[in-house]
Amino acid sequence: MFENLSLKLDKAFQTLKGQGKITEINVAQTVKEIRRALVDADVSYSIAKDFTNTVREKAMGQNVLTSVSPGQLMTKIVNDELTDLLGGATSPIQLQGNPAIILIAGLQGSGKTTFSGKLAKHIKSKGKSPLLVAGDVYRPAAIDQLKVLGEQIGVEVYTEDGSKDPVGIAENAIKHAKRNANNVVIVDTAGRLGIDEHMMNEISNVKKAVQPQEILFVVDAMTGQDAVNTAKAFNDRLDFNGVVLTKMDGDTRGGAALSIKSVVNKPIKFISDGEKMDALSVFHPDRMAGRILGMGDVVSLVEKAQQNYDEQEAQRLQKKMRRNTFDLDDFLKQLQQIKKMGNLKDLMGMIPGVGKAIKDVDISDDAFKGIEAIIQSMTPLEREQPDLIDGSRRKRIADGSGSSVTEVNKLLKQFGEMKKMMKNLNKGGAMGRMNPAAMRRR
Amino acid sequence: MGIFSFLKKEKSEEEVQKLDQGLEKTKSSLFGKLSRALLGKSKIDDEFLDELEEILITSDVGVDTTLKIIERIEERASKDKFINSTELHELLKQEITELLVANRRDDNDTSVKPYVIMVVGVNGVGKTTTIGKLANKFKSNGLNVVLGAADTFRAAAVDQLKIWSDRVGVDFVSKGMNADPASVAFDTVKHGQEQNADVILIDTAGRLHNKVNLMNELSKIKRVMSKVIPDAPHEVLLVLDASTGQNAFEQAKQFTAATEVTALALTKLDGTAKGGVVIGISDQFKVPVKYIGVGEQVNDLQVFEPRSFVDSLFSEDQ
Repeated sequence: MFENLSLKLDKAFQTLKGQGKITEINVAQTVKEIRRALVDADVSYSIAKDFTNTVREKAMGQNVLTSVSPGQLMTKIVNDELTDLLGGATSPIQLQGNPAIILIAGLQGSGKTTFSGKLAKHIKSKGKSPLLVAGDVYRPAAIDQLKVLGEQIGVEVYTEDGSKDPVGIAENAIKHAKRNANNVVIVDTAGRLGIDEHMMNEISNVKKAVQPQEILFVVDAMTGQDAVNTAKAFNDRLDFNGVVLTKMDGDTRGGAALSIKSVVNKPIKFISDGEKMDALSVFHPDRMAGRILGMGDVVSLVEKAQQNYDEQEAQRLQKKMRRNTFDLDDFLKQLQQIKKMGNLKDLMGMIPGVGKAIKDVDISDDAFKGIEAIIQSMTPLEREQPDLIDGSRRKRIADGSGSSVTEVNKLLKQFGEMKKMMKNLNKGGAMGRMNPAAMRRR
Repeated sequence: MGIFSFLKKEKSEEEVQKLDQGLEKTKSSLFGKLSRALLGKSKIDDEFLDELEEILITSDVGVDTTLKIIERIEERASKDKFINSTELHELLKQEITELLVANRRDDNDTSVKPYVIMVVGVNGVGKTTTIGKLANKFKSNGLNVVLGAADTFRAAAVDQLKIWSDRVGVDFVSKGMNADPASVAFDTVKHGQEQNADVILIDTAGRLHNKVNLMNELSKIKRVMSKVIPDAPHEVLLVLDASTGQNAFEQAKQFTAATEVTALALTKLDGTAKGGVVIGISDQFKVPVKYIGVGEQVNDLQVFEPRSFVDSLFSEDQ
C-alpha cells in the first residue's frame, strides 16, 4: 500500500546516514524530503507541513543522543508521529439500539454501495440480522446493484421502486426492520459533492429523521489534496462517527488517510481492500504506520495466513516433510494453499523489506500456473515417485502441460533441491541456527 | 466535415459558465493567494515561490510537475527581471497551457467508420456515466451510436448502461452479467459494423491497475476487437476522477501499458477537487485530455480545451 512512500522516506533517511548527530542543517534537508514524500503520497500540504515541523522539533530536542544513529532516531520519531496522526486506538462500530442504524455517506464512486454490502455481510457473520436500505434514488441501477449484492450475501434489501424520497425510504425501512426483527439497518445513500447544498441538505434530513447510531464517511483511498475539503464538508454537516477507506487493494500511497484523520479527528473504522464481499478489514493505525515506514506488516500477514490456512492440512504436510515423504502432490497442495491466501504481490509486500524490492516487479497470480500444469500432467505414481520420470515421461508431461522438457526438468530439479533442504532441516542443523533466542544472543 | 468536427464548435455561453462555476473555487483561491503573495513586491522571491508551490501542490499538480513549473517561472523571471502580477499570471498560464497543449493530438480523423472507443479506468471514476454523456453528445449530432456492456462484473453494471441507452435512445449490445467481456466487445463491434454505426462505445469493468490478471483481461478485450476491425479500437479513453491524487500517474502508466491509452477524460470537476494531476500526466505520457465531466446531468460533458481550462483557472472576472 505505502511502498512508494517508504521508498521515499528511506531515501530521505539516507541523507542522514553516517552522521553522528542531528543538527539543524542535516535535519532541515531530511525534513524537506519527508515533506515532499508525504505530499507526493497525497497527504494534504498543510498537514504534511505541520507534521514535519513536529518531527523537526522532536529531532532537534534529541540531538545529543549518540547511542543510536540519527537515521534510526528519525525513523522512530516519524513512526511515532505517524501512528499518533493515524489515530491511536482502534474503535469498534456502534451496534446498540434496536434496530441500530448505520448511515453511509460519501462522494460519487467512492464505493458506498459495495461497502454497504460488505458491512452487512460482516455484521451478519456476527450473528446479527441486518437490513440493507437502497437510498440511492439517483444513479441509474444503483438500487439493482444493492439488490444483487444483497442476494449474494443473503441479506434482505429494502427498496421502494419509483420513490425519489430518501428520507421516506429510510423511515419506512426502519419500520420494516422493526416488524421483521432486523436489528441492524444499513442505509446506503447516493454519492454527493460536499458543496452541493441541495444534496447535503437531503442527507442531513435523512440523519435527522432516522437518528443513526453510526454515520460512516466512505472515501476513496486514492483521493488527493481534496480529501481535506470533502471530509470537512461532510463532517460539518453530518458530524460522522468514522471513516471507511476504500480501494486499499490498489497501490495508492494513501496519504488521504492521514489528512482526513487529522482534519476531522474521527477514527478510520474499516478498510475495504478487494472486490469480493469479504474484502473488509479493521483499520490498525500502528500497523499502517509501520507499513508507511517500510517496516512491513507482519501481523496482517500472519492473520491472513491464519484465516485461510487449513490447520490439519498443514500438520499433515509437516509430518510428511519430517518423514521425508513429501511428494509432488503435496507440493501442489501447498501451492494451492498459498494461492488461497490472496494476491501474491500483496502477500509479499507485507514481508518487511520485500515491499520496496518488488515495487516494480509484476508478480502475476498466475505465477504458479505453469508449475501446477506440469504436476497435473503427471500420473499419481509419478507424483509420488518423481525418480520414475524418465525421458519419455518427461516428453509426455511437457506435451500434456503445454510446456517444454526443459521446464519439466527445471521443476524436477528444484523439487529435488527442496527435498534435500528439508532433509537438512530435519537433521536439526538449520533449525537450531534459526532459533530466535539464539539470534538475539548474537 | 468529419464525424468529430462538431466537437470543435465554439462553446456555448452556458457551457463556459458551467466550467467557470465548476472552477470558481480553484480560481478564487489560486488567483487570490498569488496576488497576495506578490503584493508590494517588485520581483519573485522565495516566499512567493513557496506560495506558488503550495498552490500548485494543493491542486494535486504533484511535486515533480510543480517543481518543473516553478523552475520555468524562475528562469523566465530572472530573464525578464521585473514582473508584476498581471505579467505573472500570463506567464503561469502560458507555462501550464504549454504542458497541456504540446500533447494535443488531432483526433478529427474522419474517414473511420465505425469509430470504436474503448473506455477504461479504475473503479468508481465514472466510466459508465461518461459513456452515457458521450453517447448523448454523438447522438445529438446525428450520429448512429452503439453501446457495448462489457462491464459484466460489477453488480447491475449492465442495467446501468441499459438505462443510459434507453435514456439517450441508442443501440445497446449485452450478453448479461458474468458474460465474457471480450466476447461482448467482439459482438458489439460486429453488430455496430453490420448496423453501419458511426461510433461504438465499449464500457469495461472498473479495475485497479495493479491487478495483473484484470489488466491482462483488458488487453484481451482490446485485442479481440481488432479481429473484427483491424485498427479498432481507434480510441482508448482513460477516465480519471478529478479528486484522485498522485495515484492517477500510476493509473495512467498501467492502463497505457495494457491498452495504449490515447486520450483522457477528467470527471467530477464540479466538486472542490482541482484535477491538477492531469497536467503532469498529459505532459509525461503525451496523452491529451479530451473531455471533462462537470455534473451529473446528461449534458454535463465538455470537450477539454487546454487554453480555456487554464484561462478559467486564472480568469479575473470574479
